[in-house]
Amino acid sequence: MADGATPANSAQGSGETRREFLYLTAGAMTVVGAAGALWPMIDSMNPSADVLALSSTEVDLSPIEEGQSVTITWRGKPVFIRRRTGAEINTAEETPLADLPDPQPDADRVEKPEWLILVGVCTHLGCVPLGQKTGESRGEFGGWFCPCHGSHYDTSGRIRKGPAPKNLEVPPYVFLTDSSIKIG
Amino acid sequence: MSFKSNNKVVQWVEDRLPIISVMHHSIYEYPMPKNLNYLWNFGSLAGFALVTMIVTGIILAMQYTAHVDLAFNSVERIMRDVNNGWLIRYIHMNMASFFFIAVYIHMFRGLYYGSYKAPRELLWQLGVVIFLLMMATAFMGYVLPWGQMSFWGATVITNLFSAIPIVGENIVTWLWGGFSVDNPTLNRFFALHYLLPFIIVAVVMLHLIALHTVSSNNPLGIDMKGPQDSLPMQPYYTIKDLLGVGVFLIAFSVFLFWAPNYMGHPDNYIPANPLSTPAHIVPEWYFLPFYAILRAIPDKLGGVLAMFGAIAVLFILPWLDRSPIRSCKFRPMARIFFWIFLINGLALGYLGGQPAEGVFVIASRIATAYYFFHFLVLMPFILPMIERPRELPSSIHEAVMKS
Ligand code: HEM
Ligand code: FES
Repeated sequence: MADGATPANSAQGSGETRREFLYLTAGAMTVVGAAGALWPMIDSMNPSADVLALSSTEVDLSPIEEGQSVTITWRGKPVFIRRRTGAEINTAEETPLADLPDPQPDADRVEKPEWLILVGVCTHLGCVPLGQKTGESRGEFGGWFCPCHGSHYDTSGRIRKGPAPKNLEVPPYVFLTDSSIKIG
Repeated sequence: MSFKSNNKVVQWVEDRLPIISVMHHSIYEYPMPKNLNYLWNFGSLAGFALVTMIVTGIILAMQYTAHVDLAFNSVERIMRDVNNGWLIRYIHMNMASFFFIAVYIHMFRGLYYGSYKAPRELLWQLGVVIFLLMMATAFMGYVLPWGQMSFWGATVITNLFSAIPIVGENIVTWLWGGFSVDNPTLNRFFALHYLLPFIIVAVVMLHLIALHTVSSNNPLGIDMKGPQDSLPMQPYYTIKDLLGVGVFLIAFSVFLFWAPNYMGHPDNYIPANPLSTPAHIVPEWYFLPFYAILRAIPDKLGGVLAMFGAIAVLFILPWLDRSPIRSCKFRPMARIFFWIFLINGLALGYLGGQPAEGVFVIASRIATAYYFFHFLVLMPFILPMIERPRELPSSIHEAVMKS
C-alpha cells in the first residue's frame, strides 16, 4: 500500500501513520490485558463459594402462634416471620395501591396470607427495623418502624413513610410442608 | 543548595545520594515567612499525629485479631491483659480525634487566609485527598473493635453505595464480600486500615513537595519578596513547631488520662449484634457535619450525592473564589462570611448528632443549603460584586515593622 507514486499516497504510507496505528493498537491491547489481569483480583472480593453455600435455611413454623413474630438468620441477615392476624391481613389487602410509595399488592408478597416472610433489613441504609418483639414500636402502620432515620412499614412490610425507597424484601422461599419453609 | 561537609562519611553519602543536602535545604535553611502565627502550627501537628497513629497502630496490630468471633475480645484483651495495652489503644483512639481536630483547624486556616489560591491549588487539592483518605482510614479503623457502633456504622455507610442506580446493590455485595457486613468485610477493612495510612504518608510527601515549591502562605497573604521577609526554618520554626507539639500533648493528655472515652460512644463496648440495631446510630464526631448533610436530603441518592458533593466543592474551591486577594484580613466581607460559614459548620456537626426528626431536620436542611450557598453562590458571584478589599501592605517586612 505504501508504493503509490502520488504525494498524497506517500504521505499516507509514511512511518508517521503506521507508527500511530501501532501505538494505538498496542495501547488498546495493554488496556485490555491490564483489565483482564485486574478482574480476577477485583472478583476475589465478591462472595466466596463458602459464603454462597450458606445460603439456605429451613424453618419449622409450628411453634409460632397467631400474632406472633420470630426472627431467624439467613445469609447473616435477620429474616422476619410473622403469623399475621385476620385484621392485619385485611388492612394489608385493602390498602389502595395509590397510597404506596412502592406499589405492590399484598398478594404478591406472600405465599399464604397468614405467613408474612421478610428480610428484616431497612431498604434505606440497612438497619434492622423494630416491631418483632412485644412492646417495640411498630410505627404508624402497625408493621415495623426503623429508628435509624424513621421509616414506617405496614403489615405487609411495605414502605409507607420515611426515607426508605422500597418495601422490605421478600426472600425466596418455598413451603416444604404446611408448617415448615425453606428460605433461599 | 551548596552543601559541603567536613565529615568524610557524610560527604561520601552525599556524593552518591543527595539526601543530606535535600534535608538541609528543606528543614534547615528553608526560608519561611517571618510573620506566621500559631495557626501555622497545625500542619506539623497533623504530621505528628499521623506518625503517632502509625506507631501505635502497628503495635495494636500485633495483638489484634481480625475475626468476627475474636475481634471484640482481642481488643478487650489489649485493654486488660496486654502490658500497657490500655495506654496504646487509648492513644490510638484519642489521637484519631486529635488528628481530625488538627486537620480541621489546618483547613479552616487555609480557608481564612486564602491558602488555596494560585499558586497553591495543587497543594490544597492534595490536602483534600489526604482528608478523604483519613476519613476512609478512620471509618475502617472504627469497625475493627467489632462493637455495636462498629457494625452498624459499617452497615449504614457501606449501604450508601446502594443508592447508585443499577449497579449499587452489586457494589455493596462486592464491598462486603457477602450478603451483609460479616467476616470477609472485617478482614478486608483490617487490610485496608493497615495500608491506607502509608498511602497518606505518600500523599503527605507530595503535599510537602508542592509546599516547598510554592512556599508557605502567611497571615498577610502576600508573597515573600526577599530575605528581609523570611526566617530560616531552623531554629525559628522548628522550635515554634516543637512548642506547639508540647501544648498539643498537654491537651491530648487531658483526654487520654482523664476522659479517654469522652469522644467515643458507649455502645461500642457492646459486641456487634447483626440482629439488633442500636436505637440511635451516630458516627464518630468528626463525621457528624457530613452525616447531617446526608440526612438532610429526603432522597436516598440525593443525600449521598450531597454528602460527597460537600467535599467535592472543596476540591474546586480554588476556582470558585474569584478574589485575587488571599487573606481575609483585607477582605471585609469574606471575613464576616468566613465566620458565618464556620458557625454553620459547627451547627451541622451538632445536628448530625441529633435524632433525624422535627426541627432538627429542618435546621439540617437550612444549614446544608447554606454550606453549598457559601461555596457555589456567595464566593463566585456575590462577593465579587459587593466587596471592596482593603489596601495590601507593600511587603511582609514593612507590615511587621509597623505593628
Ligand atoms: C491515619 C492514621 C490512622 C487513623 C486515623 C486510625 C484510626 C483508628 C480508629 C478510629 C480506630 C478505632 C479505635 C477504637 O475505637 O477502638 C482504630 C483501630 C485500630 N487501628 Fe487504626 N488508625 C490509623 C492508623 C493505623 C495503623 C497504621 C495501624 C496498623 C498498622 C492501625 C491499626 C489499628 C488496629 C489494630 C485497630 C483495632 C484496635 C482498637 O480498636 O483499638 N491503625 N484506628
Ligand atoms: S436505615 Fe432505616 S430509616 Fe435509614
